[in-house]
Amino acid sequence: MDAPVLADMLDFVIAKYNYWGIAALMMIGLYAMIAKNNLVKKIIGMNIFQTAIILFFISIATKWDATIPIIIHGHGAHAHSIHAADYMNPLPHVLMLTAIVVSVATLGVALALAVGIFQRYETLEEDNILEQLKADESNLR
Amino acid sequence: MKRFAFIGVLLFGAVLLYSSFSFPPLGDPHAPANRHVSDDYIRDGMKETAVPNLVTAVLADYRGYDTMFEATVILAAGIACFFLLRRYRRKPAQHRLYRHIDTGVILIIEQGGKEPVDSKEFERIDYHWVPFDLVVNKAAGLMVPFLQLFALYVIFHGHHSPGGGFQGGVIFGATVILLAISRDLRSTTRLFPERTSAFLSSAGLFIYAGTGFACLLLGSNLLDYSALARLLAVDPVMARSHGILLVEIGVGMAVSAIMIWIYYNLASAGRYDEGL
Repeated sequence: MDAPVLADMLDFVIAKYNYWGIAALMMIGLYAMIAKNNLVKKIIGMNIFQTAIILFFISIATKWDATIPIIIHGHGAHAHSIHAADYMNPLPHVLMLTAIVVSVATLGVALALAVGIFQRYETLEEDNILEQLKADESNLR
Repeated sequence: MKRFAFIGVLLFGAVLLYSSFSFPPLGDPHAPANRHVSDDYIRDGMKETAVPNLVTAVLADYRGYDTMFEATVILAAGIACFFLLRRYRRKPAQHRLYRHIDTGVILIIEQGGKEPVDSKEFERIDYHWVPFDLVVNKAAGLMVPFLQLFALYVIFHGHHSPGGGFQGGVIFGATVILLAISRDLRSTTRLFPERTSAFLSSAGLFIYAGTGFACLLLGSNLLDYSALARLLAVDPVMARSHGILLVEIGVGMAVSAIMIWIYYNLASAGRYDEGL
């Protein structure tokens, strides 16, 4: 392979590798949510999925040659003009700041439900819980 | 089931991979996400709010509604954990463990035996016995005040450096959780009772919403902090900066108290007796 093609491929990988990593994380999280039997493992899968989405938003906020969205020289900044290309996009950072806290809150509620289920059924394996539920139903009839 | 899940996840991944080719490249300043409103935030944010940290300005001012209801969501989560798990009836314990503080001798007191409650010489330890560790105990105790000071710095310096109510609040909550992990839940709930966490979490949200309604009462829109200029005797732009600070304090209080509250309920399964 000659050098220009290789350089093009490298440029392509550098331009897109964040999406591929995020897609891999999303797949891991989704698989854990669907296929795992243990409820805590499902919750961990949900958290991996949320982390992937947070990384996605943060990665689209980046700009090459830009710094964090804090205006340099704070209150003296009126003297020089502010260029939007010099600072990263603050909006996804704001959205994800709140999303992180909400993901912690959903994690807390999910774990509380798991604790409640464990107290009632003394297991966190989904098939065992379903068996017990079926047994309860047939006892009622 | 697992095979179907695997195939489904692979299809999902293929769709994501296919769509990634039409996404803008990483770090492109002209990507659709980095234009429109974001450019205005960067150019005018400092002029309109006097807050150099644009993330704080957008969080508490431009998107104040969003953040207020985000705080409401975590309060709801804390209350949900409380209602799901909290049990006031004590489980009858088989036996309880007490340690003689000076010698380290462990007493096992069977059900119905006389317990050395309120004794200076004995302290109760958890049923799942963990050895007393002086280093962990003292190191955690020494670190906590400095960590709490740092948490307050993160909240109050959020205008000028990375930080703000959410981050500082989580650090503050983590210090109390560190105490609970390194010692035990009972001594931590004596220092920071459940009632305090419930009160602080709702008080924090009240400060946020109260700031918003104060603006409404002063004849402006909800959460339009420039209306506070008359109360604070500053110009409207500085009033925005101070309004953001008030709101961040409220968020910090609410977040730290709710983190601690959720931890208490989860660690002890709602009994506040023995836990991690």
